[in-house]
Amino acid sequence: MKGAADLKSSGLHARNGQSWELDGVPVLEEGLFRRKILEGCSQGARLVNLFACAQDKGGDVRIFAMLGKDQEGKLPVFCTRVPAARASFRSLTPELPQAHMFEREIAEQFAVTPAGHPWLKPVRYHRNYRDVPDLWPEVAAMPVPGVYPFYRVEGEEAHEVAVGPVHAGIIEPGHFRFQCHGEEVLNLEVQLGYQHRGIEKMMAEVSSERAVLLAESIAGDTVIAHATAYCTILESLGDREISPRAQAIRAVALELERLSNHAGDLGALSTDIGFSPPAAYFGRLRGEFLNLLMELSGNRYGRSLCRPGGVLFDLDQKMAEDFRGRLLTARKDLKEISDLFFGSSSVLSRIEGTGIVSNQAARELGLVGPAARASGAGVDVRTDYAFGMYRFHHIPISTVAAGDVYARALVRWLESQRSLEFLLDILNRIPEGELCVKIPALKPDHMALAMVEGWRGEVVHVAMTDSRCGIARYKIKDPSFHNWSGLAMAVRGGQISDFPLCNKSFNLSYAGHDL
Amino acid sequence: MWSVIVNWFKQGFRTLSYPREVPPFPKRFRGRPVAGKEAVDMGKLLFQEDIPGVTYTRDHRMAVSRKEDLVLHGDTVKLAAALDEKTRRIFGRSLKLRQVCAGGCNGCEGEIQAMNNVVFDLSRFGIQFVASPRHADGLVITGPVTKNMELALKKTYEAVPHPKIVIAVGACAISGGPFQGGREVHDGVDGLVPVDLYIPGCPPHPLTILDGLLRLLDKLGPDRR
Ligand code: SF4
Repeated sequence: MKGAADLKSSGLHARNGQSWELDGVPVLEEGLFRRKILEGCSQGARLVNLFACAQDKGGDVRIFAMLGKDQEGKLPVFCTRVPAARASFRSLTPELPQAHMFEREIAEQFAVTPAGHPWLKPVRYHRNYRDVPDLWPEVAAMPVPGVYPFYRVEGEEAHEVAVGPVHAGIIEPGHFRFQCHGEEVLNLEVQLGYQHRGIEKMMAEVSSERAVLLAESIAGDTVIAHATAYCTILESLGDREISPRAQAIRAVALELERLSNHAGDLGALSTDIGFSPPAAYFGRLRGEFLNLLMELSGNRYGRSLCRPGGVLFDLDQKMAEDFRGRLLTARKDLKEISDLFFGSSSVLSRIEGTGIVSNQAARELGLVGPAARASGAGVDVRTDYAFGMYRFHHIPISTVAAGDVYARALVRWLESQRSLEFLLDILNRIPEGELCVKIPALKPDHMALAMVEGWRGEVVHVAMTDSRCGIARYKIKDPSFHNWSGLAMAVRGGQISDFPLCNKSFNLSYAGHDL
Repeated sequence: MWSVIVNWFKQGFRTLSYPREVPPFPKRFRGRPVAGKEAVDMGKLLFQEDIPGVTYTRDHRMAVSRKEDLVLHGDTVKLAAALDEKTRRIFGRSLKLRQVCAGGCNGCEGEIQAMNNVVFDLSRFGIQFVASPRHADGLVITGPVTKNMELALKKTYEAVPHPKIVIAVGACAISGGPFQGGREVHDGVDGLVPVDLYIPGCPPHPLTILDGLLRLLDKLGPDRR
């Protein structure tokens, strides 16, 4: 039954797209909370979410954990209470590296100390949400990320390279601090936060008409994935099922978004290698996919397509046939250009063995999306936590084992082929149904979860309502939140001149990370 | 080598003949808005489909020189004027720009980037994006200007030698866009650095941006103005 997670004696097991009563979330004593997370993760689960909220009376902070059991498609959800007076809990990070960003985020947002965190520093440089003294009081006085004692390597011939926030290309701002010995990178520390716009807090303060526009602007290259996640949250909290037609149209848009970005990324990699013909062709192909999105939604990034309750635009048979024709041409072009790219020995010699992230590192850091799949970790929300159309049309997961730049490029090419097959098939049989249904008032004191496989990986939104049916807390997780650690790992031990190539092979979102 | 040549033939010539011809925009494209009973501010508009009181044309031209020209009454618009002749003599044949993203979501940045691809091929107009502000004649700014980027933006502006121009691209840079009024952002570039050209949109289509740049340099030809 939709809207009710299966409650078992062992606790609450959520499923993607569901909502449940807040009271149903087990509140565990801190030691047990910790043990449950560590045990779950040692048995193959991932820490999909770890976040706090301060809605309780008396100012206590609650920390929620969501473990992803990818094989079962279920997510145990539980929480613990941190009393306002103590404002600290024992850090999980020393035992569970994938918790490190989550814990830093909690520390910054709620001024709660994860005691024993090995590298505690702000994530986005902003004031906390509780209106209590910040853990880093200097942040409020001088909100400049990057003014911070970076990890340093001392010694003869060790030197430091600082890059950003304003970079050479047309890209978003961020700061990279390299510790090098000659050409070799000993450590890279990524400090972001320049793009922080305060979206999470705004989501709980604005109307739903405005919130969907904010969701579309979390990361402007991931409009469909984030908007779909937001809409799913409202649909679940409002107990409304959208029509199969609306689901199919969202899936078409999501795959077009993936294709445009994957083609763009392969082009960017060719540019960095200095192989300009495929760079130019991939760049044009990116535009072909964006133009299909524009045909569908009036905007090249798919803005205004997804709205709570469904979609605003139809994809009728005539348009579907036109799309199919154009996608068949694109498929042919993509194949020829990819053959040119992957068939060139100079390309391969540049990207093979460069920027390796081992399977173990990928799992320990909790990487998601193509970056994880390129290191042999077969995680994909479309299969593991199938949602919308993907419940009926399965897309096989593409994985490569090598973990290098080559693998991250190849995964994009493999996934693009699968997406094209999916589109060509689904455009033949778009189901019937209403485009958009109305969402009634949201259920009070509930919590909802929405996961969408965006082109960079798992997009996760969680919302909680208060007793007056308003959104009390909105939590957003962009895949980049995890994957920046993957980039830092990829360049370790490599040449500093490989950084641009490694960076492109991840192509992470600064805005999505900074929110 | 052969495969490169074969592909070269297969891919063919893809650059638009713009500005001689403007390619058709799809039916659902949301270009320049037409105000209903109330005026509409193109600088604040996020060009969403579901906004009452606004209809859209398929006209991509929207760049204006003055902030007040962003506010439309009915179906008229006062598009951007060319730079004065002296400045045009300096920049007209070669304009080097530096892009600063100050909280942009990567939508506007993506469309600016797209102007460099083979379809739009920006460099044929003598316009180029450069790596250093010291090599630039002006800045193209996107994003609402987050508090955390304010200092970096001001420093970058100062690093550009005189005379310099500033172009604000997208609703965020003009008015704060979806983030308007937020605690962590400014409401756009105005008041932080002086702006010479406003290009509305969320994000503006590459041709909307290109149209603005060519207007500034007076390169559109008499019949397209
Ligand atoms: S105007 Fe729109 S597309 Fe441009 S940066 Fe702002 S939200 Fe993104």
